[in-house]
Amino acid sequence: MKWVYTSQRKEYANALTELGRTRTEVVVLDADLSSSTRTNEFAKKFPERFFNCGIAEQNMMGTAAGLATSGKVVFASTFAVFATGRCWDQIRQSIAYPNLNVKIVATHAGITVGGDGASHQALEDIGLMRSLPNMTVIVPADGIEAYKAVKACVDHPGPCYVRLGRADVPMLTTMDSEFAIGKATVLREGSDVTLVGCGQMVAVCMDAAEELEKRGIHAEVVNMSTVKPLDEVTLLRSAKKTGAVVTAEEHTTVSGLGSAVAVVLGEYCPVPLKLIGTPDCFGESGESEELMRRYGLTSERVALAAEEVMRRKKQ
Amino acid sequence: MLETKANLIRRHVIKMTFAAQSGHPGGSLSYADIFAALYFKIMNHRPKDPQWEDRDRLVLSKGHAAPAYYAALAESGYFPVEDLHTLRKLGSYLQGHPCRQKTPGVEISTGSLGQGLSVANGMALAAKLDRKLGRIYCLCGDGEMEEGQNWEAAMLAAHYKLDNVTAFIDRNMMQIDGPTEKVMSLEPLADKWRAFGWNVLEINGHDMRQILEACDKASQNKGKPTMIIAHTVKGKGVSFMEGAVAFHGKAPNQDEYRIALKELGEEP
Repeated sequence: MKWVYTSQRKEYANALTELGRTRTEVVVLDADLSSSTRTNEFAKKFPERFFNCGIAEQNMMGTAAGLATSGKVVFASTFAVFATGRCWDQIRQSIAYPNLNVKIVATHAGITVGGDGASHQALEDIGLMRSLPNMTVIVPADGIEAYKAVKACVDHPGPCYVRLGRADVPMLTTMDSEFAIGKATVLREGSDVTLVGCGQMVAVCMDAAEELEKRGIHAEVVNMSTVKPLDEVTLLRSAKKTGAVVTAEEHTTVSGLGSAVAVVLGEYCPVPLKLIGTPDCFGESGESEELMRRYGLTSERVALAAEEVMRRKKQ
Repeated sequence: MLETKANLIRRHVIKMTFAAQSGHPGGSLSYADIFAALYFKIMNHRPKDPQWEDRDRLVLSKGHAAPAYYAALAESGYFPVEDLHTLRKLGSYLQGHPCRQKTPGVEISTGSLGQGLSVANGMALAAKLDRKLGRIYCLCGDGEMEEGQNWEAAMLAAHYKLDNVTAFIDRNMMQIDGPTEKVMSLEPLADKWRAFGWNVLEINGHDMRQILEACDKASQNKGKPTMIIAHTVKGKGVSFMEGAVAFHGKAPNQDEYRIALKELGEEP
């Protein structure tokens, strides 16, 4: 499909500045990346409620926790690789364990970070965050969902992790589309195979479904915008209907969306399953598009996986 | 009398760790006097209304001093003193390390070292935003200063001029593997905090008058956070625990329990 590409980060900034106007309890922290995460937009409008913590992410997470104990809703932003990896223990001890209202909105997640290479490509962040009790993990499919996720998490009690990309992503939904934390949406109905995606891989699934349709295969596409808690009802309903599932994520298959889906299907509805995502390896430098191809994050690969699970279904 | 309260906290520490047969008596006993001063004199708080928004707040960064913390909270009236013996037992709201979700009066969960000062900074920023006068007290350990996050927090507190923060270091010179200066040199500790832009005071952490004076000076000080380096003795008050690394994380046995309580003026 010919997609229009928009920025998730720009929508994050829009949502945040709107919240700044209406919600005085919203406070924003950043760790010297405010021009990249775009929290600088909030900082310009509400300087008294923005605190740059410098290049000290662990302290930023602790500071966020302290503000949250005093009734603030705190947004803490940096790149996904630092937000989740470098600060995992701070998030575990000071935020998730006391179940505080800290919203970690991380940008530059996934392989599409591009030229910066493996050191900056978070491919494990969903796994790190979803393993923490009390944590909600949201992976918006596009800019509009990024906007809605940021708006929604303010009223969602407890810690949230919102995963955003650097590169522009296909615009998949509209402002009228349904979005709720913990609720998956069926973007395309089908009866032969279920394609479950998160983030920009949902658009890749839509492309794959279109390709499959040409081959006479009716694929259902599920946008799993919340990876934790996983919408098991929607997942199981679709898996029972189609009897075959492919997951797709810009993240390692070791611990991300695919793993979460596999656990639920394994326990309640064992059907042929294939996980598309980055394999158990680090990324590398390159253009976003090139990297998506190199690591197999393409509609062709999703379509092939769909055909494979359908073959296994018949065996 | 604050000295009496400190003694009461020490007796609770011995009883609680004996009942649990685990826990950290050494670093709890070294902080007993400071806990007594804060909870029974300095801090503005309402045990019957723990969420009172104008309260002073305390973060126990060295979470393993939980026995002394719980004793101070219970004796203040946050929860029944009779429950102290449930420390570390299954189902108890008195966890081995402080848990905000379970224990009234506990402002933040701690236990993984080096994180408390960052949280205290967040509370201090919130107080400044909300124009609240409540002070933030943060009790750190000395071994804990080896955690790099403390120095990130030190920078932030000075940068944002958090003069509503009063932090302590329990300078008992001991950590699990031995003397701090042997495991990892911390000195010159006071110079380090001064260099980070803090108002630094050094006191005898078992001298009530010095504790009170230092807290007073800290709250008078404008534009800078205050670090009170409290020179203490690990295991203070129990002869065989004083300066003994072994009692960092070991409970007294039956005989030790009897002797310890006796030394603290109580017939077991």
